Amino acid sequence: MIQVFTSVNFDWLAWRKVFIAISVTLMLAGLASALFRQWKHPNGTEAFNLGVDFKGGTVVTARFKQPPTAEVIRAVLAKQSAQDAIIQPVTDKPDTFLIKLPLKGTGEGESAAEVEAGGRTVRQSLNALGPEGDAFEVIGTDFVGAVAGAQLRNKAVAVTLAALVGILMYIAFRFEWTYGAAAVIAVFHDVLVTFGFFSIFQWEVSLTVIAAMLTLVGFSVNDTIVVFDRIRENRRLHRRDSLYKITNDSINQTLSRTVITNGLVFLSVLSMVLFGGEVLRGFSLALLIGVTFGTYSSVAIASPIMVWWEQRLEAANRAATLAGRPVPSGGRPSRDLQRTPASSPGMGKESRRAGRA
Amino acid sequence: MKKKNLLQRSIIIAVVTVLGLYIVIGPRHRPTLRDFTWAGIKASMASNIRLGLDLKGGSHLVMRVKTDAFLNELTQGNRAAIESAAKEAGLAPKEVRANTSGDNYSITLETTDASKLPEIEEAVKKKVDLGEWSVSRSGNTITWTLPPSAQRMLAEQATEQADRIIRSRLDAVGVAEPLVQRHGAQSAHQILVQMPGIQDPERVKQLLKAESKLELVHVVSPPQPSSVQTYNTEQEALASLGGTVSADKRVLPYAERDEPTAGGRAPTEPPKEKKWVVVDLPAIVDGSELRNASAVQTRGGAEEYAIAFSLKPAGAEKFGAWTGAHINEYMGVVLNDEVKSIAYIKSQIFDQGEISGRFSKQSAEDLALTLRSGALPAPIEYQEERTVGPSLGADSIRAGVKASVYGLLFVVGFMLFYYRGSGVNAVVALILNMILMLAGLIIFGATLTLPGIAGIILTIGMAVDSNVLIFERIREEIRTGKTIPSAVDQGFARAFVTIIDTHVTTIISSLFLFVFGTGPLRGFAVTLVLGLVVNLFSAVYVSRTIFIWLLSRKQQRVESLSI
Repeated sequence: MIQVFTSVNFDWLAWRKVFIAISVTLMLAGLASALFRQWKHPNGTEAFNLGVDFKGGTVVTARFKQPPTAEVIRAVLAKQSAQDAIIQPVTDKPDTFLIKLPLKGTGEGESAAEVEAGGRTVRQSLNALGPEGDAFEVIGTDFVGAVAGAQLRNKAVAVTLAALVGILMYIAFRFEWTYGAAAVIAVFHDVLVTFGFFSIFQWEVSLTVIAAMLTLVGFSVNDTIVVFDRIRENRRLHRRDSLYKITNDSINQTLSRTVITNGLVFLSVLSMVLFGGEVLRGFSLALLIGVTFGTYSSVAIASPIMVWWEQRLEAANRAATLAGRPVPSGGRPSRDLQRTPASSPGMGKESRRAGRA
Repeated sequence: MKKKNLLQRSIIIAVVTVLGLYIVIGPRHRPTLRDFTWAGIKASMASNIRLGLDLKGGSHLVMRVKTDAFLNELTQGNRAAIESAAKEAGLAPKEVRANTSGDNYSITLETTDASKLPEIEEAVKKKVDLGEWSVSRSGNTITWTLPPSAQRMLAEQATEQADRIIRSRLDAVGVAEPLVQRHGAQSAHQILVQMPGIQDPERVKQLLKAESKLELVHVVSPPQPSSVQTYNTEQEALASLGGTVSADKRVLPYAERDEPTAGGRAPTEPPKEKKWVVVDLPAIVDGSELRNASAVQTRGGAEEYAIAFSLKPAGAEKFGAWTGAHINEYMGVVLNDEVKSIAYIKSQIFDQGEISGRFSKQSAEDLALTLRSGALPAPIEYQEERTVGPSLGADSIRAGVKASVYGLLFVVGFMLFYYRGSGVNAVVALILNMILMLAGLIIFGATLTLPGIAGIILTIGMAVDSNVLIFERIREEIRTGKTIPSAVDQGFARAFVTIIDTHVTTIISSLFLFVFGTGPLRGFAVTLVLGLVVNLFSAVYVSRTIFIWLLSRKQQRVESLSI
């Protein structure tokens, strides 16, 4: 049998300060980039390079018989007073270009008219290179008004937050609310770090990037749950062990699964980055970073936070007991115990919970 | 016991697999031998799986109905109607003002003599339909205000109407399989139009925006009680005019309405043949004079409906004079040069009128709708337009399939290498997952979009995760010294808890995407949710069955497992 990790015995939690320092640094770097770009606009950049989907504007995808250089296209566009056009070659298809016209006007009716005119301008300009259908072919267009763009943006953010609340509630229901909170914090971290990369490298944020963020939310939580599930199981089996030890053991026990699954997912996402074409590029890039940090965060962020939180609750509980407050006999029995009526109650776990009510 | 269990499981799996496979690659007609060749299977798959616009090419338009302009025009129209109604009653008001600032829509009438106000209100009530407006009197003014709830209702009606006009216009243009639906929040008044195969939507965009032509005309025919004069062909109609059409006559096609059935049900027989009629020029009034139209129940029969319509003041004057002189003659409603209905004039019609004819509820409503839809209720504005050429769509399919196949091959290779014999389980489960997911897409009539393909690739990831979880667990159990059968049992039982938790969380977040998301988010969520649900069957149930079969094959105690 081929085996990657058989008996790992690594003290993950001992490194928690390092992990958290790394994560905070990454998040701060992203935040700094976003703030700096928002205020100073170096080279005309903004916090995020929002695509036409969110900002409004025009994108024309054109395929040329004899592909000109980006400079030639820029020159013919400039003649039609479209100097601010962004010309983006499609990496895997040298004859295809994306021509983007960002939106200038902000008023509702104004922007709609401008976007419509933008498409015509691009077509007219390209006619200078030869007649449409002969020298070039418009194979796709996207015109988005400012209002529609803002709507899409708000909706995407609202849907993501709603999904996170749904996840929090489910985990709180299946585990404990501390587990749920730790998982959601870890997911938040992944999303922030990924967005940080998008700000630093000024990759375009399109609607598909939002879809990727939502996928990464799912994946990251998925990973975290696998570890938490093991912790829940081990707590039942090894009642005398400390939460610290149990958590470390659980991470180590699930490590081979973590590496195999995430390695496979990483590679299939990589195949999307390499072969998925231009349209999926933003999606796969976001996911590639997301999968990496999602794996990292379930080990390095979610578990330490959960342990820290549970330990604090335990300490508070102990302090309350020492202070002479009677432990309420009818204290909320833990859900784990309810689910396994066969197990014998009253082995340390109960006292941890008891003072909480 | 075990054997029986195995048999039952095998039957379930076989039935589901065959059914799923047939749904995906089988034809929808009675299968012929040709359908089982490679080309036949490809053709069936292409017609079974509904592709989104981003994959098959076409146009996607999001437009907003400017409902504020609609309410504004409505207020102005009513103002004029109130003024003329008051004048007609011999109670000339000092001033009638319309106020349409912000979200307020009101009409104020001012007189010099406050004692006349109740009389004026009464006169206006008779002539002008102001049902949704609230009335208040103070000093020597009357104010009609449109309350916010009525504003919302009317704006909603206007959007609904624009939606239907757009539908009927798309039909008229001959766009194949257009999709028209409300888009975004209710209060956004947006309409989404998707037109597969249309690459340059400019023409359609102009057509959708265009004003349509409605006319009420006099039909040349002997008067009631003899039935209306129609002709079976255009030539016959022309012949009745002596072969040439004079300047004051026109020959128009007439699509005759079906008669209502006794129970008021919609007639089931196919629409009748098109006929032709001769009408007088010019039209009595045209669509620009129309204020409103609605289906109403006639007082006589319970199942008979008529169309009540109202005209703007100027049109009403013209129409009243004309109808008064042509009692019992036939009048036609013409939309875009086609006669939609013919009815006889019962009595003189002014502002309010009725088109009687034995309409069923459905047909009366339809007709009222076409009348109203003569022109768009409010201007529309394009907010989003996306077009995808078929070559770009085909490229995307190729890229997506390529990425999925590479991903799948890689995963399969790894699983076979790492888990050896048990890797076969995972591969069977993965392939079954793909088949059943596509079958699910077809059953629910969902469309496969580019983000949908991304969802499929992620499903591969999640599916393989389930297998990894199970196999790793079985290995662990074997290491603790359990017998093979009990290690398999335990491995599945323990991993199942985790699998359920991970699947439910992802399904929850995908459901949010599906319910509240739009376009691409939705396409992605559909395949992911379907894939995950199917995965619970393929990765757990099917994989378990294969293990049960493997273990039951050997009669003696099982000593080793290829895992």
